[in-house]
This record gives sequence, C-alpha cells and structure tokens, in this order.
Amino acid sequence: MSPPVAPPGWSRWLVPPAALSVHLSIGQAYAWSVFKPPLESALGLSGTQSALPFQLGIVMLGLSAAFGGTLVERNGPRWAMTVALICFSSGFLLSALGAATEQYWLIVLGYGFVGGIGLGIGYISPVSTLIKWFPDRPGMATGIAIMGFGGGALIASPWSAQMLESFGADSSGIALAFLVHGLSYAVFMLLGVLLVRVPRTEKPVGDGPSVFDGPQVSARNAVRTPQFWCLWIVLCMNVTAGIGILEKAAPMITDFFANTSTTVSASAAAGFVALLSAANMAGRIGWSSTSDLIGRKNVYRLYLGVGALMYGLIALAGDSSKPLFILCALVILSFYGGGFATIPAYLKDLFGTYQVGAIHGRLLTAWSTAGVLGPLIVNWIADRQEEAGKDGSSLYTMSLFIMIGLLAVGFVANELVRPVHPRHHIPTPESKEAPDVQRQQPA
Amino acid sequence: MSSDSSPPSRRGLIAFAWVWVGVPLAYGLYELVQKATQLFTG
Repeated sequence: MSPPVAPPGWSRWLVPPAALSVHLSIGQAYAWSVFKPPLESALGLSGTQSALPFQLGIVMLGLSAAFGGTLVERNGPRWAMTVALICFSSGFLLSALGAATEQYWLIVLGYGFVGGIGLGIGYISPVSTLIKWFPDRPGMATGIAIMGFGGGALIASPWSAQMLESFGADSSGIALAFLVHGLSYAVFMLLGVLLVRVPRTEKPVGDGPSVFDGPQVSARNAVRTPQFWCLWIVLCMNVTAGIGILEKAAPMITDFFANTSTTVSASAAAGFVALLSAANMAGRIGWSSTSDLIGRKNVYRLYLGVGALMYGLIALAGDSSKPLFILCALVILSFYGGGFATIPAYLKDLFGTYQVGAIHGRLLTAWSTAGVLGPLIVNWIADRQEEAGKDGSSLYTMSLFIMIGLLAVGFVANELVRPVHPRHHIPTPESKEAPDVQRQQPA
Repeated sequence: MSSDSSPPSRRGLIAFAWVWVGVPLAYGLYELVQKATQLFTG
C-alpha cells in the first residue's frame, strides 16, 4: 500500500482526528480490568489468569512498536492504521468466540497476541505523519494523539461496564460484549484509515519550518547513538516515577491518611484515581504543547526536576496535609503524561522526521521496562515495610525517595543529550558533494 | 495558520471528523468528572 498523499487544499486539521480515532480506540487496553471479575466468575479463573490478555497485549505493544516501526515508515500511516484496525478488532472477535465456547486460551490469543499487535502498530501509526503536518508545532500535534490513548480508557471503562450490565456477566454476555467492542472499534477506527494523508510537499504549511529541516537519521543509526539511549533512560525514569503512584493510587492515599482524623473512604480513593487520570490526560496535551514554546530539553528538566521536588514534598510532609499530597500527585501524573507525549517531538528534534515513527517504536521498550519497574518498586517496598511493622505514610517513604533517585538519574541523562554527530546523518546530495565540509562540522 | 486557508468544502468534513472523536471523548470526560467528585464528597 503506497502512502496516501493529500490532494491540493487538504487541511492538516483532518489529521489529528484521524490519529485520535485510532488512539481513543486502542486506549481501551487500560480498561481491561472491567472484564476481569466477570471472566473470573464465568470461566473460573484466578486474578493472575484473568490479567494475562492485558499483560500479553502490553508486551506485544512494545514488541510490535519496536519491530514494526520500519514497516510503518515504509508503508505509510494508512497501511499502519488498517493493520491496527484489523488486529485490534479481530482480537475482540476472537475473544468473543473464546468466551462463547469457554476457551480462555482463545481470549488470551485474540485480545493479547493479535490485539496487542494492533496496539503497537496503532500507537506509532500517526506519529510520523502528525510531525510532518505540524513541523511548527510537533509537540502539540503528537500530544493530541497520545492524549487520545489516555482518553480511550476513560471512554471504554464506563461503556464496557454498562454493556456487561446489560448483556449479563456470564460467558454469553461477555462474548456479546466482546463482539460489540470489535465491531464498534472497527467502525470508529475506519475514520482514521479513510482520513489520514501524508503531506504533498516538504512545506505543507505557510512559511513555517520544512519537514526535512535539520539532520535526518535512520532508525538503524539512531539506536547506535548515545542520544537515543539517554532519551530511553529519560522516558524509563519518568514513566517509572509516574506508574509508581498511578498503579497503587487508591491504596496509597488510603494508607497515607489511615492514622489521621481525615481518613479516605473507598469512594473518595476512586475519585482520587479518576482525578489522576484527568491530570495524566491534561499533561499529555498541555505540557507537550508547552514544549513547542520552551523547548524539549527544558520541559524534561521540569518533568524530572520538579517531579523529584514533588516526590520530596510528599515524603517530607507525610500525612500532615492531604491537599498537598493530592496536589503533588496531580503534578507528578501530569508530568508522567507529558513525558509520553513530548518524546516523539524530542526524537524529531534530534533525529529528524525521516524515520521518527520507527525510532519512537524502538524507544517504547523503555515504557515496557518502566511498566515492570515502577509497580515492582512500590509494591515490593510497601510489602517489606508492612512486614517490618510500619503503617500509614511510612509504608511509602522509602519508595518515594527511590523515585526521587530515579528522577535524578533521568535528569542527568536529559542533561547529557547533545545534537547527533553528523556521521549518523543520512547522506544528502550536498553532503555527497562536499564530504569534507560535513566531517568538519562540530558534534 | 493553514487552517485559515482551508477551502470551504473541507470545513464540513473537519467538523464531522472532530465531532466523531469529540463526542465519545466528552462522554468519557463526563464519566470521569462524575467519579472524580467522589474525592470531595465520598
């Protein structure tokens, strides 16, 4: 499939909704927990077993984004969105068959493996195209799409719950819910497939910067640069710090204020989790757009430096102030979302637009690593502290200081980011004509 | 901004596309706000 080139007069404002239709769909992955209790009771599964489709899906997201990125660059966004649509939708359809026949392995294979490929290819599908359409505001453009991934769970969570309530939580009700999900998401994502276009020329918008301004580096060369690995550490540390709170938010706020006069009820804790999701989403679009104004390096200084400060405030204030705890957690989660959404534009600044989608795909392995690291740190330490007889806010003090350390590592990695050495750039006609000049350029 | 120079014929398509993604997102945000208020009332 050749990349669909925009006809004359095509508006670039049609590209963000195309990207959103994919990201709002695949963001459903984070609402998988809605299906867990019904699956456990209908098919007699344990909590660990019912989490398998989601876990495999996230693993496949990382793998398909890392290994499928070059294919996405080669075949274009419409091909990628079509693959994402087919895989994500047929994953649900296979799961429907699995639920109807009570064959759980089919749900794991369908939602986890097949659907997971859709997650990875879908996640990176619009990134490169958005950056090419919005060379003047790449942070804002990718922020819109990646905000959609956060928004997907907000939509799917109540929608799926209502569907299970209507159809019933037995195996046939779950099968019907999976079927409706598969068909609905196919129709919804179709808009992206039909609308997405790559820009006709190198200068799609006015007198703004060109798509191909600055150095261009291939994905193969990018992973050989220290800049790639510095950004890998930056993303990994930032995500680890955010997931540390996000994954354990409800028990954390409850434990933190358990020994005070202002204890937190279960419904208030659920409200806190929802508020964190809002901060996560707002950070994706807000901070990523801010990075277009203050620069990528500066915005990551904010995420990592002020993020560490916020963790420090939570640790030092302990259970003395609930508003301070909530405020700091909201800021940290906004930085968490911002970190995800700003990274494609940071990659574009360093490596150009040539294969930025493929490079982004490879960098997402940092996300997979952080997804294991963050919860592991917070849960393991909280368990050890509990065994040691601690309670309340002191259960988390050590975790908070570890998060500060991780953010400091990320801060240093961000400071080490420099422009990519010209030897990694793809050859241009000018560089072929004047190789000596290129060799003399400073690193 | 290029959007200002978009041909009028695309305006309907742009509006449709944004409504297509905006309506489900608004539903998700509404549900989120409902749940988030529990922090202050729950």
